[in-house]
Amino acid sequence: MSATHGDNHDHDHGHHKETFITKYIFSQDHKMISKQYLITGLIMGIIGIAMSILFRMQLAWPDHQFTIYEILLGKFGEDGVMDPSIYLALVTIHGTIMVFFVLTAGLSGTFSNLLIPLQIGARDMASGFLNMISYWLFFLSSVIMVLSLFAEAGPASAGWTIYPPLSALPQAIGGSGTGMTLWLVSMAIFIASSLLGSLNYVVTVINLRTKGMSMTRMPLTIWAFFVTAIIGIVSFPVLLSAALLLIMDRSFGTSFYLSDIYIQGEVLHNQGGSPVLFEHLFWFLGHPEVYIVLLPALGITSEIIATNSRKPIFGYRAMVASILAIAFLSTIVWGHHMFISGMNPFLGSVFTFTTLLIAIPSAVKAFNYITTLWKGNLQLNPAMLFSIGLVSTFITGGLTGIILGDSTLDINVHDTYFVVAHFHLVMGISALYGLFAGVYHWFPKMYGKMMNKNLGYVHFWVTAIGAYGVFFPMHFIGMAGLPRRYYTNSNFPYFDDLADTNVLITVFALITAAGQLVFLYNFISSIFYGKKAIRNPWNSNTMEWTTPVEHMHGNWPGEIPHVYRWPYDYSKTNENGEYVIAGQDFVSQITPLQDGEEEMHH
Amino acid sequence: MTVFLTIVVIALFVITLWQMSKILKLSQLKNADDSQVANDKDNNTQGKLMLAFVIFMYLLTIYCFVQYRSFFLPESASEHGVDYDQLMLISMVLIMFVQIITQGLLHFFAYKYRGKKENKALFFADNDKLEFIWTIIPVIVLAGLIIYGLFTWTDIMNIDEKEGDPLIVELYAYQFDWRARYSGEDNVLGKANVRYIEGINTLGVDASDSYGKDDKITTELHLPVNRKVIFKMRSQDILHSAYMPFFRAQMNVVPGMITEFSYTPTMTSEEMRNSDFMVEKVATINKIRREKSKKLVAAGDEALETYVFDYYLLCNKICGVSHYNMQMKIVVESEEDYEAWLKTQQTFGEQLSAQASN
Repeated sequence: MSATHGDNHDHDHGHHKETFITKYIFSQDHKMISKQYLITGLIMGIIGIAMSILFRMQLAWPDHQFTIYEILLGKFGEDGVMDPSIYLALVTIHGTIMVFFVLTAGLSGTFSNLLIPLQIGARDMASGFLNMISYWLFFLSSVIMVLSLFAEAGPASAGWTIYPPLSALPQAIGGSGTGMTLWLVSMAIFIASSLLGSLNYVVTVINLRTKGMSMTRMPLTIWAFFVTAIIGIVSFPVLLSAALLLIMDRSFGTSFYLSDIYIQGEVLHNQGGSPVLFEHLFWFLGHPEVYIVLLPALGITSEIIATNSRKPIFGYRAMVASILAIAFLSTIVWGHHMFISGMNPFLGSVFTFTTLLIAIPSAVKAFNYITTLWKGNLQLNPAMLFSIGLVSTFITGGLTGIILGDSTLDINVHDTYFVVAHFHLVMGISALYGLFAGVYHWFPKMYGKMMNKNLGYVHFWVTAIGAYGVFFPMHFIGMAGLPRRYYTNSNFPYFDDLADTNVLITVFALITAAGQLVFLYNFISSIFYGKKAIRNPWNSNTMEWTTPVEHMHGNWPGEIPHVYRWPYDYSKTNENGEYVIAGQDFVSQITPLQDGEEEMHH
Repeated sequence: MTVFLTIVVIALFVITLWQMSKILKLSQLKNADDSQVANDKDNNTQGKLMLAFVIFMYLLTIYCFVQYRSFFLPESASEHGVDYDQLMLISMVLIMFVQIITQGLLHFFAYKYRGKKENKALFFADNDKLEFIWTIIPVIVLAGLIIYGLFTWTDIMNIDEKEGDPLIVELYAYQFDWRARYSGEDNVLGKANVRYIEGINTLGVDASDSYGKDDKITTELHLPVNRKVIFKMRSQDILHSAYMPFFRAQMNVVPGMITEFSYTPTMTSEEMRNSDFMVEKVATINKIRREKSKKLVAAGDEALETYVFDYYLLCNKICGVSHYNMQMKIVVESEEDYEAWLKTQQTFGEQLSAQASN
């Protein structure tokens, strides 16, 4: 099928004229859409990180006045004093933007779009049109989310988990008025976008693989994107229903989540609902969401570590199996966010069991990464550094998950800074590292230019030291019982001796955020002034490096190449100890088996 | 001022980086390797930095554990808390062990096998035995942790009102404060619903329920030491969470339902206050407060009060603008002191009739 398609395509090519609008704005080309995702995601990331800087400053110097609050927050920062309500709003929107807009759309959207067709040997996504719609819905939801920052009573401020009744009642907090409405609208559109994207990814992976590209010859990136898309399809609709019911409760007087409420001198009519129901629905997405964020990063890392170690990824089949195991388990562990929510304690036991089970495939992955490095010939490019960094933060953050996933231990660290440190390391920082690694590695494919490696090194080391500087000490203030989402800790003299640590964390946060400017500078200047890339700068095996540097519609001129081997034949030798292809330590997937060569897998 | 300095420092830092990169770029031109792909020299530097980084991580870990050891909560003031702390200690030791080994290996390999042109990587794609080993080890270890954890969890969460002579107390949460309602002589709480809230009946106790007449509503939580207490939690408006860190206790307070938590306090406030840990901790805190007060007084503000330790209950579920200050004092005292204190509190019935006679 692909061959005929290819032939037709050659004839088509050059006929259809591309205007500026069809090429750069309403493009249906997966490569352009991926760039659109990346840039939108980066812009949202700048907003999200800037917000974290503001509230970190508030936490470090609660009784200081900062003119910057007045400039950026307007009436919520009068005289340089941050209003407690805007503090909560910043925390809420920071979480929402980083989780959904940067790490879901920015990471998965960018690299699924770029790599799925290129690495499986397809001309484009199964439906270019739906793909375009998916991006523009994402764009629309981003715009609405940003607009919600300007709501008069403040943006949504019930935490990114938007637990009702707080999120349902404008009487309880100003941000639950217009701000919350816009939040819900934005998220509803976001979910639609995510679903269209995910369906497209799944269909493309199943149907459009080139000849020879069996499922077991797919690069781990594709496995990760594929499984991520499936988890997204399973769990995002549940968030949509949770949001819909919340909209009903807010606007149409239903009582799905509300019962027995007396607020502002008035008894509400609502009866019979339960906030715990919302928690169940929310976390049914919320937990898989962690893996929606993380799996693509792990996929990207697998590919980059193998390429730069000049070694096959260790235990390919175990890696695929653990992706599948993690995906399956991720849908049955949501209750570990709710051990002390008031749900039946017996459920707590079940969720402890499933949660600690998920540590097993995660451990397998970590060990396999480490073994891949063993006896490699490591090419320490910036992408490789970020990948190693990811494995490091994934282990550090994952280990504390063993404490939080244990219902007993969760009792006393639940909702403290210990949790904040845990999830930032294991999903926030790890996924960000995955994003950076991907950008450094596939920048030549996206823009035809190389990023500056020295700036990349500076970026990595500032970020690596900064990230641990921020989140490692944070575990300890959490162990002291310091609750998260407190505008200031000064109302509890018991926490007075933690103040210095909070300052330290903020200073590290400021430095780390400043370090990201190096990346931005490198990214933008390389697009325009970067060194021109060659076709396969990293000597990689996967198919995207067989396409011409100059982008073209349809990816390959002429026929789509066939695939003859798995993507990890790095440093493969014949029995005489010579490389399979003399003088070259890699064998592209499109190279047929050589004389006397054995296919060692499948 | 500090802020200004911080911003200047950051700005300078950025400029330094930028300049450094320029220097690097200029020096690169001579080498004529502008491929932007790591060469042997880069691999060498970055590999060594990786080794330096894991040393940094170890130092950071040691620094945190030494410097921040006073951050850890003192020994538990509740009976089940002892088991909690034990399980926490075992888990902590375990994860720190794994952390140190795996981080060490990861970064050491990154250093040891840093690339050189003449080196050859080992084609090593699979080893069933190895993979089996590192699947089965986590399975066994985690199974142990799960079983241990689940026994402790069941012990803590299995609340039996008939066993012993537990004290029944309602914790009532609203934006942004707490109330405690003692069940009185009959040890049974009167019925309550937000729909009964009216005037001084701020907790919505059903005035027609005779069980409620002897209930006592207080602003502090007093508990007799060594007697099991069962908390029945109720919220008036939105989600709150009753977090009592010194007792290793936390439960969300949910509007529309009654949640429960139970523990037996084992240390009075006095005992905790006089423990070595707390004496030292409070001294440090008061030193910090005195320093701060000096600055405040110089600026014409009031000095901070000297801190005296008391147990507290705090809200740990985001609940609105004053979430950060939703707290209640907890006093654990001897049975006699507790009884004496309770006598001084008005019953709900007395409150109602006092209001009626006004």
